[in-house]
Amino acid sequence: MATRFTPTEQCLLDEFQRDLPLVPCPFAAIAERLGISEAIVLDLLERLLADGVVSRVGAVIEPHTAGASTLAAMAVPDWALPPIAAFVSGFPEVNHNYEREHALNLWFVVTAPTTERVRQVLAEIEYRTGTAVLDLPLVEAFRLDLGFKLRWH
Amino acid sequence: MALNGSGWMELSGGERRLLAALEDGLPLVPRPYQAVGEQVGLGEAEVIETLRRLAARGVIRRLGLIVRHRELGYRANAMTVWDVPDMAVPDAAAALTRLPFVTLCYRRPRRPPLWPYNLFAMVHGKDRALVEAEVEEATLAAGLSGRPRAVLFSRRCFKQRGARYAPKEATAWMTPTAAS
Repeated sequence: MATRFTPTEQCLLDEFQRDLPLVPCPFAAIAERLGISEAIVLDLLERLLADGVVSRVGAVIEPHTAGASTLAAMAVPDWALPPIAAFVSGFPEVNHNYEREHALNLWFVVTAPTTERVRQVLAEIEYRTGTAVLDLPLVEAFRLDLGFKLRWH
Repeated sequence: MALNGSGWMELSGGERRLLAALEDGLPLVPRPYQAVGEQVGLGEAEVIETLRRLAARGVIRRLGLIVRHRELGYRANAMTVWDVPDMAVPDAAAALTRLPFVTLCYRRPRRPPLWPYNLFAMVHGKDRALVEAEVEEATLAAGLSGRPRAVLFSRRCFKQRGARYAPKEATAWMTPTAAS
C-alpha cells in the first residue's frame, strides 16, 4: 500500500505510541519535536482518530495488574459466525474479537476487574451460544506491547 | 508479575477513577491531563504524578497513540503457535523476541486435544507471503522446526478497542449491544 501519510504524520504515528510527554501541555511538547504548532498536532490527531487510524490517545494497561484478562477461542460453524461474533462483541468486557483461519475460528480477549467476572463472561457466552469456549489466560509474557515500528514503504 | 487478577482492587480510588476515565482516551485539548482531572476530581499535577507512578509500577505499559494496524495496511496478522516442551520455552521465546517482526510473545496453557499449543508469537505485516516467510524464519531461529505448529491468520475483525477494567453496571452484560 502506498503511504497516504505525510512525513509529519508518519513521525507522529511512529514516535508517540509510547512516552506521551507527562507535562501539562503534552501536545505542545509533541509539536515542538515535530517542528509544527500545537493546533496542527491536535488537528492531525483529530483526523487520524476520525479516519480510524488511531483508536485513541491513551494508556495500554499491563494485563493482571489492574484487573484480569484472558484470550478465549471458539469453534463456530461459518453460518453462525456473524451472529455469534456480534453477540460476543456486545459484551463490554470483550475488547478484541477476530475471526482466524483455524477450526477454532473466533478469538477474543476478555478483560474485567476480577477473574470471577472474566469467568462469568466466558460461562455466559458458552451457555448462550451452546458452544465451548477455550480459556487461554496469559502464563508468561516474553514481549509486551510496546507499540509498533511502522514500515512506510 | 502477579497473576492473581485482583489488581484492580489494589489500586487507590484515584488511580481507579483515572484509569477508568482514560479508557476512551485523553481529550484532544491543549491541557488533557487537567481535563481528565476535572472528570475524576484530581488536579492536573496529581494526574501527571499518578500516571508517572502507574507507569513506574508497570500498571501502565505505555501511554500514547494507540494505532489500528489494519487501517495502516497491516492486514496480514499471523498468530503463530507452537507446542514446545515447557523446559524449552524460555530459550525459544528469547530467540523469538530477538526478531524485530515478532511484536508479541506469550506462553499460554495448552487445552488438549483441541489446542496443544503453548507458545504464541504475533507477526504483523502488509503482505501475507512476507509474513509467511517471517514465520518460517522465526521457527528456524527458535529451533522449533520439528515442533507442532499452527499459523492463524486473522480474517474479519469484529471488534477492536482498548480494554475496560473498570467495573460495569451489574446487569450490563445481560443485554449486549451491537458490536462497536
